[in-house]
Amino acid sequence: MEFLNWVRGPGLEYATVIFLVGILMRFLEMWLIGRKPDLSRPRASASRAGWRAVWRRSLPSEGLMKNSPLVMIAGYVFHIGFLLVLLFYVPHIHFFKDVLGFGWSGLPTPVINFLSILTIAALVALLIHRLIDPVRRFLSTSQDYIVWAVTTLPVVTGYMAMHMDVMPYTTMLALHILSVEILMVVFPFTKLMHAFTFAVSRYYNGAAMGRKGVQL
Amino acid sequence: MSPSLERGINAFVNQIDGPIASYFNSCVHCGMCAHACLFYTETGDPKYTPIYKTEPLRRAWKQNFTFWGRLLSKLGLDKKITDEELAEWETLIYDGCTLCGRCTAVCPVGNDITYMIRKSREAMAASGHAPEGLKMATTRAIEIGSPMGVTIDTLKAQIKHTEKETGLTVPLDVQGAEYLMLLSSAEIAQFNEIIGAVTEIFDRAGVSWTLSSTAFEATNSGIQIGSADLAAELVQRIVDSAERLGVRTVISPECGHAYTALRWEGPNLIGRSYSFEVKHILEVLDELRADGRLQTSGRESARVTFHDPCQLVRRGGVVQQPRSLLNMVADDFVEMPDAGVMNWCCGGGGGVSANERANPLRAQVFSRKKRQLDGLQVEKLVTACSNCRNMLEEGLEENHMEDIEVVGLTELLAEYLPEKK
Repeated sequence: MEFLNWVRGPGLEYATVIFLVGILMRFLEMWLIGRKPDLSRPRASASRAGWRAVWRRSLPSEGLMKNSPLVMIAGYVFHIGFLLVLLFYVPHIHFFKDVLGFGWSGLPTPVINFLSILTIAALVALLIHRLIDPVRRFLSTSQDYIVWAVTTLPVVTGYMAMHMDVMPYTTMLALHILSVEILMVVFPFTKLMHAFTFAVSRYYNGAAMGRKGVQL
Repeated sequence: MSPSLERGINAFVNQIDGPIASYFNSCVHCGMCAHACLFYTETGDPKYTPIYKTEPLRRAWKQNFTFWGRLLSKLGLDKKITDEELAEWETLIYDGCTLCGRCTAVCPVGNDITYMIRKSREAMAASGHAPEGLKMATTRAIEIGSPMGVTIDTLKAQIKHTEKETGLTVPLDVQGAEYLMLLSSAEIAQFNEIIGAVTEIFDRAGVSWTLSSTAFEATNSGIQIGSADLAAELVQRIVDSAERLGVRTVISPECGHAYTALRWEGPNLIGRSYSFEVKHILEVLDELRADGRLQTSGRESARVTFHDPCQLVRRGGVVQQPRSLLNMVADDFVEMPDAGVMNWCCGGGGGVSANERANPLRAQVFSRKKRQLDGLQVEKLVTACSNCRNMLEEGLEENHMEDIEVVGLTELLAEYLPEKK
C-alpha cells in the first residue's frame, strides 16, 4: 500500500514534471537553432503542402505496404491500440478526470481487453522483426530496445493487473503506474519524442517539397 | 585533432538547423527508407540505408544541440567523430547516394533525409573527405568554367556548326533578349544537336533568346560536392550575366542538378532573390505549347517511355510538362512502373557520375532501371537530363540493351517541327 501511495503521489508528480519540462526543453533546443528563410521563388504554397503532409503521411502508401508490410500493419495496430487503451479504458478516464477536471465516455472492458492483446502482439512482432530483419537489426541501437521495453511494460502490467493473480492487485497496480512513470521520464530524452516531433518533421518536409510544386 | 577534421566538425555543426534537429528527434529506425533507396535494394547491403548515411551529422547534432549529448561529450563519455569514420562515410555519402530524394518521399515521420545528406556533404568536403573525381570537376568548373573543361571556343565552334546546318543565326550575347539559354558541358561536348534543336524551335515560335559567352555553363559541381561558397560563385556568374543582358528568364537546360542549383538553391547560395525568373527548358517549351506557339507535325511511331530525372521531377516539381510535350508527338507513350515523382534514379546523379571510384557500384545499381524497362518493350527512352542520358546509354550498353535509343525530349520535339513556311 505504501508503494502504491508513493507511485500515485510523489512518484507521479516527479514523472509529470520531468515529462513536461523535458519536452519543453527539447522543443526549445530544436527551435532555438532556427533556420534560414528560403529565398527561392515558390511555385506553390509551402504551408498548405506542409499541413497536408502532416496528415497524408499517416496514411499507408502502396509502396510502403509492399516493401514493409509487417512494420506497417503492426505499426498501425500498436499505435492505434495503445492510444485507444490509454484514452478509452474507463479507469484511465477516471484518472484523467481527476487531473483535468473533465472526462469522456470509455470503451467496454472486453474491447479494451482485446485491444490490449492486439497491441502486445503487435509490439512483440515488431521486436522480433527488429531482431531478424537485416536493415532494422543493423540500424538498431540499445535505445531502440530500451524504448521498446518502456513502451511495452505499461501495456503488459496493465493487462496483468486486470486479469492475473500473480501478485496482490495493489502491488500489480503500483507496478503498472510505475511503468507509466518510467515511460514518462524516458520519453523526452529518447526517440519517443517522435510522438510530437513527427508533425514538425512532416510539416518541414511537406513544405520544402510543396514550395517546389511536388505533392507527395 | 587535425585542422581539416576540426573544419569538418565545425561544418557539421554549422549545417544543423531546426528541421534537421526535428528529423533526428523523429527517426524511429523503422528502416523503411532502405527500401526506397536503389543502393540498398540493388545491393542488399544495410549500410546503404539512407538514414545511416547521416550518422556523422547525427552525432554532431547530439553532441552540440541536445542536453544529454552535450553533458556526455563534456564528460568525455561520447565518441568523438574521427577522420577514420569520415573516410568510411565518404563512400556512403558520395558513392552510395545520388541525392535522388526517394527516401525523403517515403519516410513515415517525414524526415527529409536527402536534405540531411546534402548538408552532410558540406562538412565532408570541408574535412577533405570528398571523392577525387568530384574535387577535380569542381576545380575545373571554377578555373575553366566547366566541370568537363569545355571553353567558350568549343561553344563558338558548335554555334558555327549549328548555323551552317540550320541556316539560322544562333544569338550570342544579345542585349535585352527575353530568354537566356544555358547549356550543360555534356550538351556542348557530346549532345550538341541540342543547340540546333533549341535554335529551330525558338525560331519557329518567334522567341527572343540568347546564349551568353560569360555564362553558358549551367551545371554546378559545387552543390554536388557540397561546397556552398564554390556553388555560390558558379551561380553568381550566371546571375551577373543574366542581369547584365537584362533578360526576363534564364532557361536551365536538360540537366537535373543544374535546375536544382539555379532554381532552388541559387538564391539561398548567393543570399538574395533574382531579378529574373528561372525555368527549365521543358517548362518553357510547355508554355509555348499551351500558347500555341510550339507546333508539331507528324507523329513518332516508335514505342517510347520517359525517364524522370530526379532533380527535375521529384526534387524540382516539373512533372506534368514532359508528359504533355511527349503526348504532342508520341503515339505510343508508355510509363515505367513508379513513373513520375517516385521514379527510380539512373544511378549517376548527385555527382556519382563524376566519381570514378563509384563506377562499379553505379553499374550494379543500374539493375533497377533495367527491371523498370524490361517488359515495356520500348524502342526509345526519352529523358530531359544529359547526365541521365549518359548514364542510361552506358547502362543499356553494359546490359546489352543497345537497341533502345536514348534521346533528349527537346531534340525529339525538334524532329517534328512543321516545315518552314
